[in-house]
Amino acid sequence: MDFGPYLMLASLEGAVTAAVLALMAAGLSLVFGVMRVVNVAHGEFYMLGAVLAWVVASMAGGGAAGFVLALAVAPLVVGAVAAAADVTVLKHLDYDPERTIVATIGLLYILQQLTLMGYGPEARPVEPPFNARIALPWVEWGQGGPQLYWPWGLSITSYKLFVIGAAAAVLAGLWALMTHTRIGLMMRATQLDGEMAQAFGIPVERVYALVFGLGAALAALAGVLIVPIQQAHYLMGGDALLLSFIVVIIGGLGSLAGTVIAAILIGMSDGIISVFFSPTLAKIIATLLVAFVLVFRPEGLMGKRAR
Amino acid sequence: MTETKTPSAGPADPSRRSAIATLAGAAAATSLPLWARYTHAQTAAPIRIGFQMHATGIGSAYGRWYDRTTQAAARLINEAGGINGRPVEIITEDDGTDPKRGAEVVEKFATQHNCDVGYGTLFSHVVMGSAPRAGELQLPYFVVSEGHHVASGKLNRWTVQPGITDVKSQVMAMAPFVAETLGKKVTMIFPDYAFGHDHRDFFTEAMAANGGEVIAKLAIPPTETSFTKYFPKIPRETEVIYHVMVGPAVLTFVKEMGEFFGPSRPAIFGFIDSLEAVDLASPGLEFLEGTYFWEGMARYAQPDQTEFDRHYRAAIGIDQNGASTRDPKDVSTYAHMFGCWETLYVIKAGMEAAGYAGPADRQKLIEAVEAMTEWPLSNEHPQGAKLFNGKTHQVFGPQYISKLEGGRLNVVQTTPIEAGFYPDEVDYTTRSF
Repeated sequence: MDFGPYLMLASLEGAVTAAVLALMAAGLSLVFGVMRVVNVAHGEFYMLGAVLAWVVASMAGGGAAGFVLALAVAPLVVGAVAAAADVTVLKHLDYDPERTIVATIGLLYILQQLTLMGYGPEARPVEPPFNARIALPWVEWGQGGPQLYWPWGLSITSYKLFVIGAAAAVLAGLWALMTHTRIGLMMRATQLDGEMAQAFGIPVERVYALVFGLGAALAALAGVLIVPIQQAHYLMGGDALLLSFIVVIIGGLGSLAGTVIAAILIGMSDGIISVFFSPTLAKIIATLLVAFVLVFRPEGLMGKRAR
Repeated sequence: MTETKTPSAGPADPSRRSAIATLAGAAAATSLPLWARYTHAQTAAPIRIGFQMHATGIGSAYGRWYDRTTQAAARLINEAGGINGRPVEIITEDDGTDPKRGAEVVEKFATQHNCDVGYGTLFSHVVMGSAPRAGELQLPYFVVSEGHHVASGKLNRWTVQPGITDVKSQVMAMAPFVAETLGKKVTMIFPDYAFGHDHRDFFTEAMAANGGEVIAKLAIPPTETSFTKYFPKIPRETEVIYHVMVGPAVLTFVKEMGEFFGPSRPAIFGFIDSLEAVDLASPGLEFLEGTYFWEGMARYAQPDQTEFDRHYRAAIGIDQNGASTRDPKDVSTYAHMFGCWETLYVIKAGMEAAGYAGPADRQKLIEAVEAMTEWPLSNEHPQGAKLFNGKTHQVFGPQYISKLEGGRLNVVQTTPIEAGFYPDEVDYTTRSF
């Protein structure tokens, strides 16, 4: 394949990765921003979303209806599980940074092993609601000016385009929620100063439970979106968690815009570098980027300096 | 362990006491008929087989079916009177599909569980991590891994693979079919670690020997989850794609390959390893219709199904489509797990030939297995007749080539055992214990 079409293919693949990553990392960043909790179990909420998508879709008999139902149900269930975990576990640790890390590590193993026991070790697919293969054209300068042609293998599926669109829509909705609604205002107030917010009558505990649930629901939504492309598997949370942490550190903890920028950066570079050089190099560069950010701009690209 | 206490006072009425003892013995003999089978053995203590199971980690789909096969075979062996008149007990330990943990499990078998042998490892990196420890502990270690590492001479005299043919032999048997039927110019797609490298090296050699050529080799990192970006590296003149992927992302791999090629695809030959424990009716797999697979043993019952295959399926609880009889969506790892079954029967035959009585006879057991040469197609060896090479500790059996038609795999060719022969690379019998 020529360089141009190849680059386009790699970018499109990178964009799908970036979209899912942005959703997941936004959840992680939200939880850290508001609650100052490093949620190590975040990857398992993503996995749980994918697994529940399979459960719901197969109970509904598959097809487009099953997927749509899963899209609605799985994030709600996962969000409820996470909110319950917040009320029963994290609250009793007083959101102490070190102890919550250990607690979420425990949560990670509990969720993972329960899934293995109940759902099993197989990777199971969910049927996409639509999945037309779209061959893409490329411009070539032949005799008599530019002309379109269809290179071999240059294509994307309609579902992958939908994933990119859906992620963008959800992120826009999240941004609107944070900036234009009363509940968003409460979250931002809690983020700025929890004690002061409480003094002004904001039910901080409930906001915490809501935020933890919302963060997990975003991860679960990413899981539901990815499951028709990949498959639901009980170990899928591990790599996703690692990438989300990279994204969140580069973008700046607690900053939605930074998270999106970093997700695009990491997703695209992963797609492109691993195609033209090697996948290992892509990982090396991502990790190196984290190191540079931590050294030269510890608050991240868009993060605010701690006061 | 319960200890019998001796009464401090002497027996008041010896004849009555012995009468009661006799009665109790008779009661035990009638109420527990299982005991009776083992009474001719010197000891009725069970033979303990340590089963190293991939219960968690990336190998867990295989682990589950290796376990079911193992339990079924052990049950049948016990029902038929055990080994040397002693019952068989399977001691299962999870190794997490992890080499380091694997070595610890082997150590546990030898020192903690007092196992007679270790058995059952599949993933090659776990075998590589565990076998040296088994050698140090002088524990006979029967692997069911299909890796070439046993026959390559990298391991030790205590490690044997008597249940499943190794990768080198498998690919040598496949190359003539690929070159003659599918095409001469092959692009290989394989995971970038030992198992994939075995395929790469041996298949490239074997294709050259059959007048074909491997024109591109795509090594894919084992943790990769999206594949479309690799496919443009497939040269346009490719006539055959040879794929062997493992791990949870294989369905994605197949799906994305279908989306990449669209309507115009080359011939495709794959190892069923890519789709073990996967329902071939899964969405996205329609693309593979009409492509060919290597199978270690035919997942779907064939028209010429042997009575041995029928017996084997019934014992484990597998239906005609290779899925669990209880849940048709629970698909087995049919092309590999027969190795567990056959290995257990080889352990049984070896222990009987060696007159195995306890851990002191471990060396005799290895020597007895090394002396074996062939096993006929039978209930003990339902996959096919086997030839065993005692020098390389490796078994050789027939291989199957199947075509995916109408969502099921139909065997189109069975390769003879000789097609997978290669010169010995090691003689373990000359090594010390």
